[in-house]
Amino acid sequence: MTEPLWPALLGRFGWQDLPFVRAWADPSLSEIIGAGAGALVVVGGLAVVVLITWLGRWGYLWREWFTSLDHKRIGILYVVIAFTMLSRALVEAVLMRMQQAAAINAPGFIAPDHFAQLFTTHGSIMIFFMAMPFLTGAINYVMPLQIGARDVAFPLLNAVSLWLTAGAAGLMMVSLVIGRFSTGGWTGYPPYTELAFSPDVGPDYWIWAVTLGSIGTTLSGLNFAVTIYKLRCPGMTLMRMPMFVWTSLCTSILMIFAMPPLTVATALLALDRYLGFHFFTNDLGGNMMNYANLIWLFGHPEVYILILPAFGVYSEVIATFSSKELYGYTSLVIATMAIAVLSFTVWVHHFFTMGQSANINAVFGIATMTIGLPTGVKIYDWIWTMFRGRVRFSVSMLYSLAFMMTFVLGGLTGIILAFPPLDYLVHNTLFLVAHFHNMLIPGLLYGMLAGYHYWFPKAFGFRLDEKWGRISFGCWVVGFYLAFMPLYVLGAGGMTRRSQAVFEPAFRPWLYVAGVGALVLLSALASLFVQLLVSIRNREANRVPVGDPWNAGGLEWSIAAPPPEYNFAVIPTVNDRDPFHGDKADGDPYAPPKRYEAIAMPANSMTGPALGGLGAVTAFGLVWHMWWLAGFGLAAGIATIVARSFVRDLHRTIPAAEVARIDRHWRRDIRKAKPVGRAVEGTRANRGLAEVEA
Amino acid sequence: MSATEGAHPGLNIAHPHAQAQEETETALFGFWVFLMSDAVIFALLFATYGVMLPATVGGPTPATVYEIGPAFLETLILLTSSFTFGLASIAMKHDAPRRRILGWMGATLVLGLAFLALEVRDFMTMFAQGAIPMRSGYLSSFFALVPLHGLHVAAGCLWLVVMMAQVVVFGLDGRVRINTLRLGLFWHFLDIIWIALFSVVYLQGLIR
Amino acid sequence: MTSSKADAAREVRSYAIGYLLALLLTGFAFGAVYWRVASATTTFGIVLGLGLVQMVVHFRFFLHITLGKSSRADLQLILFSTLIIALMVSGTLVILFNLHHRMM
Repeated sequence: MTEPLWPALLGRFGWQDLPFVRAWADPSLSEIIGAGAGALVVVGGLAVVVLITWLGRWGYLWREWFTSLDHKRIGILYVVIAFTMLSRALVEAVLMRMQQAAAINAPGFIAPDHFAQLFTTHGSIMIFFMAMPFLTGAINYVMPLQIGARDVAFPLLNAVSLWLTAGAAGLMMVSLVIGRFSTGGWTGYPPYTELAFSPDVGPDYWIWAVTLGSIGTTLSGLNFAVTIYKLRCPGMTLMRMPMFVWTSLCTSILMIFAMPPLTVATALLALDRYLGFHFFTNDLGGNMMNYANLIWLFGHPEVYILILPAFGVYSEVIATFSSKELYGYTSLVIATMAIAVLSFTVWVHHFFTMGQSANINAVFGIATMTIGLPTGVKIYDWIWTMFRGRVRFSVSMLYSLAFMMTFVLGGLTGIILAFPPLDYLVHNTLFLVAHFHNMLIPGLLYGMLAGYHYWFPKAFGFRLDEKWGRISFGCWVVGFYLAFMPLYVLGAGGMTRRSQAVFEPAFRPWLYVAGVGALVLLSALASLFVQLLVSIRNREANRVPVGDPWNAGGLEWSIAAPPPEYNFAVIPTVNDRDPFHGDKADGDPYAPPKRYEAIAMPANSMTGPALGGLGAVTAFGLVWHMWWLAGFGLAAGIATIVARSFVRDLHRTIPAAEVARIDRHWRRDIRKAKPVGRAVEGTRANRGLAEVEA
Repeated sequence: MSATEGAHPGLNIAHPHAQAQEETETALFGFWVFLMSDAVIFALLFATYGVMLPATVGGPTPATVYEIGPAFLETLILLTSSFTFGLASIAMKHDAPRRRILGWMGATLVLGLAFLALEVRDFMTMFAQGAIPMRSGYLSSFFALVPLHGLHVAAGCLWLVVMMAQVVVFGLDGRVRINTLRLGLFWHFLDIIWIALFSVVYLQGLIR
Repeated sequence: MTSSKADAAREVRSYAIGYLLALLLTGFAFGAVYWRVASATTTFGIVLGLGLVQMVVHFRFFLHITLGKSSRADLQLILFSTLIIALMVSGTLVILFNLHHRMM
């Protein structure tokens, strides 16, 4: 603990809380890395600010992005957050792998406390600030387009969710520069995270970042569920919804019901830490098992929150790139719903070894294995979709194929872990680490990347570079196998997870291989950024203004790329499952509307950024015990909500003439474009007009 | 039976065309979803309370710190406030004079504040007996659950004040109606939580 | 205007019935505990039962959840939520009392 500088104003902040001061006092490599990370945040943040100022783009960003309530803009901002946080958390993963490879009967270069912060931030970020924003962004962008809606049900709430998430992610970044982060792992188990054992600011950063993020996620789930329930276009019955919409719906339902347990867990931990309550302490009747129970009531459905949207993406991608209709639609719908409900019945398998009776373990073990059934159904459906289809190995499709192989492998190790007696042998080892990376990398990351390649042309109007996409894909797959297959061996051999140092020389070769794998994964991310730069440079050559680059069947492909703000000049009416395929088969997919009407869209609002900022300020005040700041943030937040409820000017009307002008401009692009066949869709001939095959 | 029977009172908002009706339904459905998510929070705090009930660690027990009189009085006040809020919604639905709407809302507000005052008095009495949340796991769980309901009521009171101001400023425009309907759902929902509270917390604690 | 007035009267009556039922059920529950009408377990059962009935009364008369078409979506939502809450609460109680039992 450090000497507080000025408690009334700065709470418990002292100079020692700055990593630069710590590195100056103790110039070890571990501290220098910490200071370097802090410096990177500061310099990076400053560089972005200077760059935007130099380009004079603040006004543009504020008007067109930060205050926008357009679901498409909000979706893209979510994905930007996801990529930013992915970069940080992946670097942390590489550092951990390097440390373990270096620390075999040696101290390595990262101090134990720093190592613990690394695995805590890596896990927390990957789950809450990479995976969640990525899938929320994807749903935000794609789902309203797929159901023929102009926006989500509550556009302002959508912005509030985004900015709460952004504020929470910002708090994670700030923890690199001011203070330190929790060392309690991504689940923050007490009693270790209680005041008695972790008196510093770390667990508080974790508590408030996660709480802010989970409130944002709950509100997103609410918004998506209501949107899907109430805003579908005429003719879009439930059983005509695209698979991605189905999985989005189930994910939203899980968010609505599974995020509250997390909020309760973090809030009760905060009561313990701030007000001296005894929920999870060792003394006076506290019971940490209640925390384990609460966090996994959230934690298990969370796994399916993460995986279901990816399942939706694969269903879309595999059908499109197999040039076939999705096989077994109904069974996929039922399987998705079964997974969603079953996911609430398996949470105990996360703590099989913590003392409950064998009967309870048996019940939850069986329930766990049961989830494998609907998942298996899905895998077969996707395989049958490809069967006798004309499969095109686009980047999205490659990710889907890699997913199917890898995910099944991970599922098999999951069945091993679902046996309580076997779980006793490998729990808390790298076997488990290997297992869940084996589920989430294909089950989330590959899915989101497949979706990124699939819908990027829709969002920005040009295709991503194929060559760099393939290089990146190769690195993600090779890197994954190199980095995680050794962990199975190590875990079965008894190496515990989260070890800062290793004392068994026999582990050395496996740790080296895993270290190389981590570096390959880092190059995969780098290739992804190179791909983005190359694609932006070559954007003119790769433009697909007509909007249907892959000859796909969903409504989102029937409009321009990028879509106009209001998505559809006229709200479509659908009468089958792949409406755009139907229209193309009927011969006139681009029939102009009879007349244009004025469209009312939600007007911009600064409520979202304001609430996100104030939320982060409140959280920061609470972390540092700057009570005046926390009080101010909370009061200002409430005042913002009240003030907003007095605003009456909520809509901006786009006149019919403007709608007509934009629509006719797009129709000129359609007339100019030459239809491309599926064989050459990866070439520059592709302008987004698909050739309809007999 | 007319078409509006059983529908949410106030659905015939200023422009009774289909779109406004749909918007209201969407808004209310969204609020229902929020309430259900909130209900999960309460449910888990109830479960936590149930689990921690034996953890009195030699300190105060439910039987020694709960009083049936105040709990009953608080229940009566809350139930009555729900009734007055119902009368306010009906007045709003049928475009009654603004004075009457504000009157019923004001009555609800007074009852809400009275409830809060009594509840705070309860807590003070408990504190005086040494029943503070830091004493035991059981008291921690009590003071996470019951005051959270109180906080909700306090938020509802603030919301009531805002809505009364908006009725004065804007009259009964579409947004005022939708938000009052939402507030109504919120207020009645808090009643349901309170039923669980007095049954599971107070009455269970007082059964001998 | 008259039909609106009649509507209003009917709605007030509906709220009044709900209020009255709520008061009665509350009174019974408190009375059962106050006058110790039965053994502790039975009384707790009575209290819980009355509480559940009162919740249904509130949903019906104050929150306007009926079996009719206009509140179908809300009803489905509430029932699904009830299922999830039942799973979570009963699971929590079973697991933690099992742990409690095994550790004592």
